Amino acid sequence: MNSKFKIFLKGIIDVSPLMIPVVPFGLIFGVLAVDVGFTPIETMGMSLIIFGGASQIVLLQLFSGGASSLVIISSVGAVNSRHLLYGAVVSEHLSDLKLIWKIIISYFLIDQAFARSNEYFKKNKDDNKYFHLVGGGATCWIIWQSTTFLGIILGAAIPEKLGLSFAIPLTFLALLINDFRKFINVVVIIISGFVATFGYNIIPFKAYVIVAAFIGLVSATILTKMIKTNE
Amino acid sequence: MSNWALIIYCGLITYLTRFTMIALIRKEMFNDRIRNILSFVPSAIFPAIIFPAIFLDDTGSFQIENNPKIVAAIIAVIIGISSRSIVATIFSGLASYWFIIFVI
Repeated sequence: MNSKFKIFLKGIIDVSPLMIPVVPFGLIFGVLAVDVGFTPIETMGMSLIIFGGASQIVLLQLFSGGASSLVIISSVGAVNSRHLLYGAVVSEHLSDLKLIWKIIISYFLIDQAFARSNEYFKKNKDDNKYFHLVGGGATCWIIWQSTTFLGIILGAAIPEKLGLSFAIPLTFLALLINDFRKFINVVVIIISGFVATFGYNIIPFKAYVIVAAFIGLVSATILTKMIKTNE
Repeated sequence: MSNWALIIYCGLITYLTRFTMIALIRKEMFNDRIRNILSFVPSAIFPAIIFPAIFLDDTGSFQIENNPKIVAAIIAVIIGISSRSIVATIFSGLASYWFIIFVI
């Protein structure tokens, strides 16, 4: 067995525990996409082309609220801006890669695979270490596509009374659980939430996501400064 | 814009942020301040999805009284903070929601 394949397998094994919450997320996405009016082919296309849980759910949420395409695309962009943060960390490990591998790996660079591979990169100096990220990313890809597919099929069988759309805010809530322990984050969460809720009907073009996120980030900057000056 | 065009544009913007971070961003391009602000992006953006979905009904009007989603979300937050588990957060929220609407 060559070392590339071994590292690839290690990536699969490392990322697997993080796939457990991806299963309900993918199912819910499949069910809801068909529910808000996308065809099964379009729903599958979203998972194949976008391949990003948060982006796809934001797309659905704004699409079902009647937002314009421009607002939807810029909101998806805003959601993805968190990825830029990873760049500072992961790029130093991948800077020697050929451009073609950078192009391929970019498609697989999702939160879970990034988190696990970054830990692996810090400990290993092997030239082929990027196969770890390919293994983790491919695992996420298979889980995401198959659960989307299952969601599309199950969608028709799940009664509307179950209120499965409530799973969307719950999923995002779950992604924030570590932030609920930090003071500044809690304040930012509350400010952004209130701006979005009260601005939902007032802010034009359904741009409430972007407006709330912007005000949240400004508050975070001000709060960080205030706490630093007090120290 | 057709649904397909919308999907492709959203896919492009998602891909480009990932590619930018691998191929273009260098560690020295971000000082600690910018990194610190970027770390607040999830806290700033996810509540804009969470809060309206809990406090507003399908027509966009406030629904504060008799709203099982508020109670279920509070339970999910408590379970989430104490367990630190994503799965436990989602399922405790859904379970309490179903308990309120079907049993109580």
